[in-house]
Amino acid sequence: MNFQLIGVNHKTAPVEVRERLALPESRLPEACKKLIEHPGIEEGMILSTCNRVELLAKTKNGSADLRGFIRNYFQVDPADFDQHFYEYRSNDAVRHVFRVTSSLDSMVVGEPQILGQVKEAYALARAVGAVQSQLDSLLTRAFAVAKRVRSETAVGSSSVSIASVAVELAKKIFGSLHGKHVLLVGAGKMSELAARHLLAHGAGTIFVSNRTYDRAVSLAAKFNGEVVPFDKLYDSSDRADIVITSTGAPHAIFRREHAERFLARRRNRPMFFIDIAVPRDVDADVNKVDGVFVYDIDDLQQAVAAHVADRKKEAERAEAIIASEVERFQSRLQSLDVVPTIVSLQDHLETIRQAEIDRVRGRLGTLDPEQELAIDALTKGIINKIMHTPITTLKVAARDPEATTVIDLVRRLFNLQDRKGQTKSTAAGDQGAKR
Amino acid sequence: MSLLWLRVAVGCYAVGLIYALVALSRTSELLGRLALHAAYLGMVFQFVSLSEAVGASGQLTLASVHNSVSLLAFIIMAFFMLAYGIYKTTSPGIIVFPVVFLLTFIAATGQQPILFTSPGVRTSWLFVHIALIFTGYAALILSFGASLLYLVQERSLKMKKASEIFSRLPALETIDEIGYRSLLIGFPFMTLGLIAGIVVAETTYGRVNFLDPKVTLSVLMWAVYLIMLYTRWSSGWRGRRAAYLAAGTFAAAIVAWAANYFSSIHRFVS
Repeated sequence: MNFQLIGVNHKTAPVEVRERLALPESRLPEACKKLIEHPGIEEGMILSTCNRVELLAKTKNGSADLRGFIRNYFQVDPADFDQHFYEYRSNDAVRHVFRVTSSLDSMVVGEPQILGQVKEAYALARAVGAVQSQLDSLLTRAFAVAKRVRSETAVGSSSVSIASVAVELAKKIFGSLHGKHVLLVGAGKMSELAARHLLAHGAGTIFVSNRTYDRAVSLAAKFNGEVVPFDKLYDSSDRADIVITSTGAPHAIFRREHAERFLARRRNRPMFFIDIAVPRDVDADVNKVDGVFVYDIDDLQQAVAAHVADRKKEAERAEAIIASEVERFQSRLQSLDVVPTIVSLQDHLETIRQAEIDRVRGRLGTLDPEQELAIDALTKGIINKIMHTPITTLKVAARDPEATTVIDLVRRLFNLQDRKGQTKSTAAGDQGAKR
Repeated sequence: MSLLWLRVAVGCYAVGLIYALVALSRTSELLGRLALHAAYLGMVFQFVSLSEAVGASGQLTLASVHNSVSLLAFIIMAFFMLAYGIYKTTSPGIIVFPVVFLLTFIAATGQQPILFTSPGVRTSWLFVHIALIFTGYAALILSFGASLLYLVQERSLKMKKASEIFSRLPALETIDEIGYRSLLIGFPFMTLGLIAGIVVAETTYGRVNFLDPKVTLSVLMWAVYLIMLYTRWSSGWRGRRAAYLAAGTFAAAIVAWAANYFSSIHRFVS
């Protein structure tokens, strides 16, 4: 678990700092190569987006001089940036990578782009050989974690804005927005945006009504819609399922009696008023009419806030997922570390035992099956007794940070080097197959 | 054996009941899926149970109260599954599952089967009568359930409680469609079922006694149903008023069912 990460992001550093360190995609491969040439670093990857620059490395002994690399490569003095850098090691680095990939560390939590950006950085680094087995399994796991967070929590669900909340509400009333007509009363920017959102979700014709006729015409032209003359407003409003109001009128335009008349003409099909005007264009009483739903700007903002609060709760759930995943990843990596060593150690000893039995076989003369069994049991017993403590120690050591030291020592003591090379090459072969 | 399968089915529907109770306070997609699968399984067991009951008596008639209650539950589930197939929502289950559970539970725990005394039970017309009427009942129950869901969703939209609005209840229009369509489908079944009932009565007794409470109440229920359907169709009523209508028709249906205990010609005795 000798992972190490250093970086700056939108929370720790202003854009002036981030842009000094940012790397365009074209320079990333060469930078990755430089990174793994840096002393103490075995594997490396660089993530550079507009909100963050991070160097991730698998080091030889858990403490490589990443700041030294930054000084050399970017020709900047890290001391100037010290307060902006964050640095994580082993588990903390793993957690950070998981959080970034799952979009929990993003400016807009849950935004989906970051996953793609990490994937790209990973592919680039891998193409130049900077990412190998360890970082590979870390990143592969990170992508799986991101997927899990996305599917098990609502962190990534729907962006939050007034227009998008209006669309969600409309969908909760009408189901599909297909063929639903929209009437814009007043030609403001906000109502235009809301209309655009509704159209994107399948809404039908857009009607536009405005006191200034020309504004209505130009806005209607944008949506290929129809103009409703302002003095005909009450006669044709019932054609619309969704009414968005944003006029500067000092008094309410739509009152309860209007809404009742619309509903009667619509044979009680529901109507949705989105009132983004201040002062309001739709009287509060309209909401009391059966089948009419009125949301003013405050209601929408509250819905947005509720969404954001929901998201916070979801983010907490996501953090819990990540915590458990970090633990799982850690134990998996460690068991991966120690298991091949134990296996090759056992193989090694078994080979010796067999060879020794074969060697003395001739001198023992003919043996009956019982004696054969006894010799077998005796030799195996000796080996097991002797090996019991070392193997237990290895398993315990796997949980320590110095695991690799102990494993290396055992390998050297028993001269298991060759087999290690073998397992490594098969592992690489597996990855090759995965590709 | 038939009873055993039915009891297994009750167990399956119990999962649906739990889903319905939990869904009142919070939504759980996993539980919804689980309830759906349990319901499928329950339907299979119930079908086996019903088939065995039919096989045991050697005729197509469902000559006991328990079997007919069980059949009603089965048809309601079939309707629910149909609605699920079209609208991909388990929300009506909040109302349907408890009803089905209760009906199946009654069917599975009753003591001795109670038999119809009418000599007409052997005719297949009776089976047609029962099947059609029950399909009508099932449609009514689903529609009533949808009306209640509509009220819940309408209320949360009016109160502007975002957390409730964005829970997994389907859109208002979808709920309305489920309710209206099941009404539409149910009506012809109810009508034909009553006609079949009249045929049974004529062949059994030679004439139809319109003064018998069962007959009177059934015709009354049919009229209420028709009025409701017409009102909904002509005025597009939905929400509160539609729920009242559905509740009224539902009550009429229950009264017509209860008439089995007063009627002289159409009753269960032990």
